[in-house]
Amino acid sequence: MARKPTLPAVLLGLIPFVGVCFTVAFWDRVHPFVLGLPFNFFWLILWTLLTPLCLWGAYHFEKRADSRHSAGSHSGAR
Amino acid sequence: MSPTVIALVIILAIVGIGSLIGFRAGASKTMDLEQWTVAGRGFGLVLVWLLMAGEAYTTFSFLGASGWAYSRGGPALYILAYISLAYVMGFFILPPLWEVGRARGLQTQSDFFEKRYGSKPLAGLVAVIGVVFIVPYLQLQLKGMGIIVEVASFGQLNRTAAMMIAGVLVAGFVFTSGVLGVARVSILKDLLLLGAAVVIGIAVPYYWFGGIGPMFRALAHAHPAHLTMPGATKNMGHAWFISTVLLTGLGAYMWPHLIGSCFTAKSADTLRRNAIVMPLYTLTLPFIFFAGFAAVLIVPGLKDGDLSLLTVVQKTFPPWFLGIVGGAGALTAMVPSAILILTAATLFAKNFYRPVLAPSMSDGSVARLAKWASVTLMGVALFFTLTSGRTIVALLLIGYAGVSQFFPGIVLGLFWKRASKAGVFSGLVVGIVAVASLMLSGHDPFMGLNAGFVALILNFAVTIVVSLLSGSQGAAFLEKLPS
Repeated sequence: MARKPTLPAVLLGLIPFVGVCFTVAFWDRVHPFVLGLPFNFFWLILWTLLTPLCLWGAYHFEKRADSRHSAGSHSGAR
Repeated sequence: MSPTVIALVIILAIVGIGSLIGFRAGASKTMDLEQWTVAGRGFGLVLVWLLMAGEAYTTFSFLGASGWAYSRGGPALYILAYISLAYVMGFFILPPLWEVGRARGLQTQSDFFEKRYGSKPLAGLVAVIGVVFIVPYLQLQLKGMGIIVEVASFGQLNRTAAMMIAGVLVAGFVFTSGVLGVARVSILKDLLLLGAAVVIGIAVPYYWFGGIGPMFRALAHAHPAHLTMPGATKNMGHAWFISTVLLTGLGAYMWPHLIGSCFTAKSADTLRRNAIVMPLYTLTLPFIFFAGFAAVLIVPGLKDGDLSLLTVVQKTFPPWFLGIVGGAGALTAMVPSAILILTAATLFAKNFYRPVLAPSMSDGSVARLAKWASVTLMGVALFFTLTSGRTIVALLLIGYAGVSQFFPGIVLGLFWKRASKAGVFSGLVVGIVAVASLMLSGHDPFMGLNAGFVALILNFAVTIVVSLLSGSQGAAFLEKLPS
């Protein structure tokens, strides 16, 4: 099996799904304007900045799991 | 010189330079199939980033996103939402896929199905579906080219001629230089396009309204419903948004060409770091939306929303700038088209034609067949483009509905031992039949949901149930992975 992603990484990866998808009914509105942008527009732009942060966090968990994984298997062809 | 001549000369110069870069990149190397399609698996972070960004930033975002902001309003925001989620999926799916790809020498998406499920007919089916749903993606790029030349020439040159010229150029540089040429041209195209997007997105609102904020306020005042969902549509509300964002976010890396570029990476880690920085690339996308929204007030009543961005540029800027935007837009259509036909041609020759029709073919003949198939495919896409009137975004959504049906086969195939050939085969068939019947009978959206999403749910259910009933052949493939 390919190594499954770690649980903390998956949880971090789910955050953007909640932010930009499932919660649409809460943020799909024009007012209040933020930085001159309608609220829904501002919200989605904000998440293009927050998503890399979530993934960056997930990266650390995955990286650690990677080194455990390759140390655990045979002598390491890489 | 008349404005038309200035704009067209600049467009031609940019396209010419771009094509030259593409041709030159391939001239010094001998191209076997591995070099042509995955460049010997040697791309580092920067080249993979450029290649994937080059593929992600297409005519779809440039003319299509602004076109939907103009003609549909709020529902166009699905584009901003799904792109971030697509990279999240890429972060989790691509690295394990790359590992499998390296260990098993995979070059295409269809190779994965062949090796994981031990079935050439399944791989052939995947190849054919991939090629079929690449056609609308290719079509939208060609439509974009046509629009660019039409607007830049102030209506004097017709779309047909423009699309023919673009088609010939693209087919030409794919034929000679393969994936390396494409990555190089991406650099020029991205610089021009990102620059143009920011300038347009800021200058247009300032010129007409005195700023981005005032532009949105004027729009919210004149058309209060346009900026939220369902905007100017009747049936694209929140349920449609959620189902469409999920379909396209999950399906984004199911495009055969993106899986192909995943295999060009040097390491799995390259792909992960790439996924982290990719969303930042989309920060220029809002600027394109600004232009589309501004166009609602500046040039109301356009019959084809996809024309809105360029029409506004034409009304706001001097002809030389229209030329630069047109040239950038043209490359933006040509680079992804090149990658799309490259992939489709390889799939056709390697995963369908040889295994199904000519098992004794040599690798060299497969490479030659792939090159000629790329030329043929361009012809087919040109034909369909000339005969169809769909919007750019609608074309892409058709493609997504199709390629997303690979999702269960790939993701369950990677992480779930029991996923079986029979399960994936039946799920895929059910998914594709559902997509075709819902879309062809005009039931998209279906009960408020994106039709492709409904099909994907059916596909998942069938894949899992049939897999559980049919045992677990093929799991050995993943267990014996060298690490």
